Amino acid sequence: MLWGGDEIVALNRRTALARLTEVAARDLIPFAGRAVRRAKRAADQLAYRTLGPDFEERNLALKAHYQDKGGDPFGLDTEFTKYMAMVTSVAHRLWFRTSVYGIENVPSGGALLVSNHSGQFPLDGMMIAASMFMDAQPPRLVRAMVEKWAQTMPYISLLFSRTGQVVGVPDNCRRLLERDELILVFPEGARGVSKPFSKRYQLQDFGPGFMRMAMEMGVPIIPVAVVGAEEQYVNVGNLEWAAKFLGAPALPLLPQLLIPGGQLPLPTKYHIYFGEPMSFEGDPDDDELVEEQAWLVKQNIQNMLGQGLRSRQNIFF
Amino acid sequence: MSEPLDDDDSRDELDEYGDTDEYGDTDEALSDDLRRGRVRREEDREGASRDDRIDSGAVVVTGICGRLGRRLARVLHRERQVVGLDRRPFPQKPKDIEHHTIDIRRKKAQDIFRNQNIGALVHLGVMHNPRGNSEEHHSWNLAGFQKLLEYVQRHRVPKLVVLSSANVYGPRPDNAQFLREDAPLLGAGAFSDIRDLVELDMLTQSFFWKHARTETVILRPTHILGSVRNAPSNYLRLNTVPTLAGFDPMIQTVHEDDVVRAIRLALQPGVRGIYNIAGPAPVPLSKMLRKLGRAQAAFPHSLAKMALDRMWKMHVSSFPAPELDFIRYVCMVDDSRARSAMGYEHQHDLDSTLHAIDAGRWVGST
Repeated sequence: MLWGGDEIVALNRRTALARLTEVAARDLIPFAGRAVRRAKRAADQLAYRTLGPDFEERNLALKAHYQDKGGDPFGLDTEFTKYMAMVTSVAHRLWFRTSVYGIENVPSGGALLVSNHSGQFPLDGMMIAASMFMDAQPPRLVRAMVEKWAQTMPYISLLFSRTGQVVGVPDNCRRLLERDELILVFPEGARGVSKPFSKRYQLQDFGPGFMRMAMEMGVPIIPVAVVGAEEQYVNVGNLEWAAKFLGAPALPLLPQLLIPGGQLPLPTKYHIYFGEPMSFEGDPDDDELVEEQAWLVKQNIQNMLGQGLRSRQNIFF
Repeated sequence: MSEPLDDDDSRDELDEYGDTDEYGDTDEALSDDLRRGRVRREEDREGASRDDRIDSGAVVVTGICGRLGRRLARVLHRERQVVGLDRRPFPQKPKDIEHHTIDIRRKKAQDIFRNQNIGALVHLGVMHNPRGNSEEHHSWNLAGFQKLLEYVQRHRVPKLVVLSSANVYGPRPDNAQFLREDAPLLGAGAFSDIRDLVELDMLTQSFFWKHARTETVILRPTHILGSVRNAPSNYLRLNTVPTLAGFDPMIQTVHEDDVVRAIRLALQPGVRGIYNIAGPAPVPLSKMLRKLGRAQAAFPHSLAKMALDRMWKMHVSSFPAPELDFIRYVCMVDDSRARSAMGYEHQHDLDSTLHAIDAGRWVGST
C-alpha cells in the first residue's frame, strides 16, 4: 500500500519532460528494441556463417574470464565488445586475410605488446587485437592506451571505454598489468601511423615510456611486427600547419579518398609476427639504460619487419 | 616526526591566554628557558597520553545539524560525549549531546575548547551552497576554519578530522581511472565554486605538517549518496535524469553510513594522514540510472551546457553548469590506503547505496 501511495505522488511530481520521455520509453523504445534485437540476431547469424562457431565460443570464454574477475573497473562491456570484435574479426579474416605467426609467444599473464605503427588509421591495432581474440588460445582482450583528447569526444570516448581501452596515463597501465592484462603499445605514436609512403617500414623514434613501465613492473615485452598495413592508404605528405590548426596529431594527404570506394583501405594482405618475449631488468629511472634497452626492442622489431618483407610474395596475396 | 614549528606561536598564545589555558600556566614570572623545557617535557608526556586523551575527551562536531552530521552524532553519542557546533539549531537532539548554536567565527566558539577536555574535532561544517554569496562562503569556509585550527592548536586538541571530498581532484579527461591521495588537486580548474574546498584541504595539509602534536586526518570520500542534500544525491533524485549524449563515465559512490563509519575509524588513536573513501565497485552512470528505474534524457554537451547556464541564472536549476563534467569524465578514487591502514570496509552494496537516496524522501522531511 505504501508503495502505491508513493507512486501516485511520484506521478504527480513528473515534469513534462518526464512524461515525454515516458511516452518514448513506452511506445518508441519497444519498437526500436525489436529492430535492434532483429539486427543483433542477423549479425549473430552472419558471424556464425563467416567466422564459424568458434566466434561465439571465444566470446563466452572472454565473458566468463571477466566475470570471474568480478567485472572490469575501466568500463569494459563484454556484450558491446562482442559486436566490435565481430566487425574487426570480419575485417581480419575477410578483408585483410591476416596471417598470424608466433602467437604462442604471448604469455598468459600481464605483458606489453610493442608494435610498429602504420597505415594512417590505427587499423593495425585493431588487427592485432583481432588476432589475440580469434587466434590466441585462450582468447585475450588487448587493452590499448588511448589519447587523452579522445575522452573529450562524445561517443568516441564511450566506444573506447566500452571496448576496454583506457586513457594513456602510467597509473592506468600499472593497474592493468597488475590485473594480468595484455597491453598494446605503439612507441612511435603518431609519428609512425601518419608517415608518408616513402618512409614505409622504417621505424620512427621510439618513446621510452614502455620500457620504463616494463622494467618497473617486471613484465615481458612481446615485439610485434605488422606487415601489410603500410600500403592500405598511400600518404603523399602531411599538412602540418593544418594539423596544428585543428589540434589533431596529423593530417595526411590521401589521394585515394577522392576516388569512389577509395575511402576503404586497400585490401592488402596483413602478416602479423609475434616475437619471443624479451625481459628487462634495472632501474627504471636510469635514462641511459632505458634508452639502450628500448633501442634493442626497436632493432628486434626492425629485423622482424625485414624478414617479413623478404618472405612476402605480393602486397595483396 | 619533525619538531613542531609552532613553539614561538604557542608561547605567544600562552602569554595572551595565560590564565585560562588548560595547562594552568599562570605564572608570568616563569623564565623563558624554564618554560621551553616545560613545553618539551609536555610534548614527551603528550605522545604517551595522547591516545588516552583522544579516547576520553569529548568530540566536537561542526556542521552537526547537516544530514551527515546528525547521522554521525546519533552513532557517536552512544560511545562518548559529543559537542555540536553549528549556526543552525538541532531539532530532535539526543539528550546527552551538548549543542552550541553559534557561528564558528565568533570568539564564543573558543569557550567550548577552553572549558572542557576535547579529545577530537570533526569538521563537517563546509558550506557547499553554490547559490550562496561567494564572499560569505569564502569567509565562512576559510576564515572560520582557520579560527578552528587556531583553537585546536592553542588548546592542544589531539585529533582533527576534516571531511574534504574527492571532488577536489576534479573530473578531467586525463584523470587516471583511480586517483590516489597524492594526485594533484585540480578540481577548481574548471569549477571555481569548489575553490573553497580545495583551499580548505590544503590548509589542513599544511596544518598536518606544522603541528605534529595533533593527529590530523583528511577524508576524501567520493560521491556520497543517502538522505544528504548534496549534488550527486539530488541529481539522482530527479524524476527525469538528464545525461550527456555520447558520454557515460564510470561513477563511484559511497553510502552516507559508510562515510560515518570512516569518520569513526579516523577518530581512532594513531590514525593520521589523507584517505580516499569509496564504496562499492564503480559502474557506468547509465547502469546506475537503470537500477534506480529513472527515465533519462540525453542532450549534446554544448546544448546542455548552454541550457544549464541559462537555467542556473534564471534560478530554475540548482546545478551550476561546470558540474556537467561530473557526468562527462571520470573522477574516481583508489581507497586501498583507507582499507589497509585504517581498516575501512564499505558495508552497503551498490543497490542499498543507490536506494538510500530515496529513503525518507516522502515520509517526513527532516
